[in-house]
Amino acid sequence: MKNIKFLIIGIAFGILLTKAEVISWFRIQEMFRFQSIHMYGIIGLAVLVGLVSIQLIKRYNIKTIKGGEIGLADKPFHPGVYIGGTIFGLGWALTGACPAPLFALVGGGYSVIIVAVVTAVFGTWVYGALKDRLPH
Amino acid sequence: MWEVVLGPWPWYVVGPLIGLMVPLFLIIDNKSFGVSSNLRHICAACIPANIPFFNYNWKSESWNLFFVLGIVIGGFIGHEWLMNYDQVALSQDTVSDLKAMGISDFSGLAPVEIFSWSNLANWQGVLLIAIGGFMVGFGTRYAGGCTSGHAITGLSNLQWPSLIAVIGFFVGGLFITHIIYPIIY
Repeated sequence: MKNIKFLIIGIAFGILLTKAEVISWFRIQEMFRFQSIHMYGIIGLAVLVGLVSIQLIKRYNIKTIKGGEIGLADKPFHPGVYIGGTIFGLGWALTGACPAPLFALVGGGYSVIIVAVVTAVFGTWVYGALKDRLPH
Repeated sequence: MWEVVLGPWPWYVVGPLIGLMVPLFLIIDNKSFGVSSNLRHICAACIPANIPFFNYNWKSESWNLFFVLGIVIGGFIGHEWLMNYDQVALSQDTVSDLKAMGISDFSGLAPVEIFSWSNLANWQGVLLIAIGGFMVGFGTRYAGGCTSGHAITGLSNLQWPSLIAVIGFFVGGLFITHIIYPIIY
């Protein structure tokens, strides 16, 4: 039952993504053509709110609702960050969706996106299979 | 009031709300907001195939799978019940660029001319839907995160590798948009 709250947050997030139109292939094209502030405004303000929140959590040593410590792990750097990041960007512009929007689009009735979800899972699987042979 | 809810939500409203996901996950149980890990959890649950990368206790990460299931449901609710318009208010420049690509139907959130089952019979459809999906799944795991994990959580936490990853996202996206799309459409 403790997972129900994550289900509810997911529902809210799915609604937000849809209403923000960030799951729209059209909006992603507009972004990569630098023709509107829409996507940049959303990502920029999301980062700003996230940044201020993390700073407040650190400064006031805020705990979790269970009283536990809060701390985010550092993101490691290796060649995959830019190689994988660029491959991800290719896929983002092709599908018009990153992972969360893929799931929201399926819920929104774009049934063919199920194919993209399956190939995305397969892409992750191929990464796992090749991991030791890729530069890290 | 309800009409406002059903209309498009401005970027300066949804942006901060999306950003609140970061502290929400931290305050609930010190979780990191990120979606792409779920692709790994699905592999671990369904097709681990003795690959070390998929041999871990994915069930302890099941909270994140519930989050993703919620995204699917939220996509349904948002699309079916909370939208009273049919066309994204794109900039005129984008509309004319996409018309030049041969897109004529601007209804919905994605062009039906591309994102339809019948288009999987064309190589362009396979490229955009299937190969695009593969690149999203492979790239995000190799990079260590997607738009939520790197761009939002990572940049919020001042992680410089996340900035490099986001630059990579744009290098790839600009290449497809400005080099590949003009060739194939």
